[in-house]
Amino acid sequence: MEVGSDREYIYKSSELDRHEGQIIEELKASAGESIPDPDAWLDEEVRRNIVLTSLDTVVNWSRRSSLWTAICFPACCAFELIAAEGPRFDLSRFGMEILRASPRQADLMITAGTLTWKMAPVVRRIYDQMAEPKWVIAMGACGISGGIFRSSYNVVPGYNKIIPVDVYVPGCPPRPEALIYGIQMLQKKIAREHPIPDPPRLLQKGKQA
Amino acid sequence: MTVALSGQELAKRIEEKFPGSIEESSRDSLVVKAGSLLDVAAHLKDAEGLKFDYLNYVTAVDYFSYFEVVYQVTSLEHNQTVIFKTRCHDRENPTVPSVTGLWQGADFQEREIYDLMGITFEGHPNLKRILLWDGFPGHPLRKDFQP
Repeated sequence: MEVGSDREYIYKSSELDRHEGQIIEELKASAGESIPDPDAWLDEEVRRNIVLTSLDTVVNWSRRSSLWTAICFPACCAFELIAAEGPRFDLSRFGMEILRASPRQADLMITAGTLTWKMAPVVRRIYDQMAEPKWVIAMGACGISGGIFRSSYNVVPGYNKIIPVDVYVPGCPPRPEALIYGIQMLQKKIAREHPIPDPPRLLQKGKQA
Repeated sequence: MTVALSGQELAKRIEEKFPGSIEESSRDSLVVKAGSLLDVAAHLKDAEGLKFDYLNYVTAVDYFSYFEVVYQVTSLEHNQTVIFKTRCHDRENPTVPSVTGLWQGADFQEREIYDLMGITFEGHPNLKRILLWDGFPGHPLRKDFQP
């Protein structure tokens, strides 16, 4: 054996089992009373952190902070979107870097690219499959109006011909900064929604009707 | 580098085998009569010394008075290539024999020509629109197309 080495070498499996048993016995012997949970600080901190706000604000905050995008990028604007997703522009700072292959798990559709009539039913179907609440950003000239292909015989002149659009981001293609700015505009828009029914307002509506 | 065969020289050889099959020929290409297109194409594909086993593309041009269907084929064995064409003067119902039986790769491209130019390929196994939808009015790559 080397000088200074106190390592045990085990060559037999029966010896290995005995060694394991020894470790378990030691641990069991040392385990006495339950260790208290480290929650002594909780009481004071919770008291310091109570914030009063409206339910609308909380719902809107949670909705706008995790916009997940459906994968539906028919043409070249997708590359600017990919750049925005990448490390340089880092879209995940705003809580929306996740692209969902299933529209059922997405609430944002970024229409990155020219849409042909042949493809239009597919995009419409993806939009229909997304669960409410859902939003649409029309990205790029083609998404807004058909762009340079507007007069073509098989290009949809703007996504708003087939689905409702919330935010328009112009450019051919828009830079990633523009797209991020558009998403932030959408976040501001979501922040002003009223997802929770307000009883007094409902009553007033009833009176008007 | 792939050698481009002279259309004139090749036309002479084909004319010996199939008299009257060549309409005209130039340095770059040769124009085959639509009636003998399949015979000439099969000869180009299988004959010793030619062996054009790879179809680069099929495309079509609208010259108002006639349509021209253009084929480029390459021989991977002899590393040579040639362009041959065929013409179609009937504007109402242009028809050209399909070469899918010789080169499988012609399938989608002939469908594309049928879709956008309105040329029918006789003998094609699945001739229907490929880029536009069923019911689209007209053929958009024709010069007289009005959207």
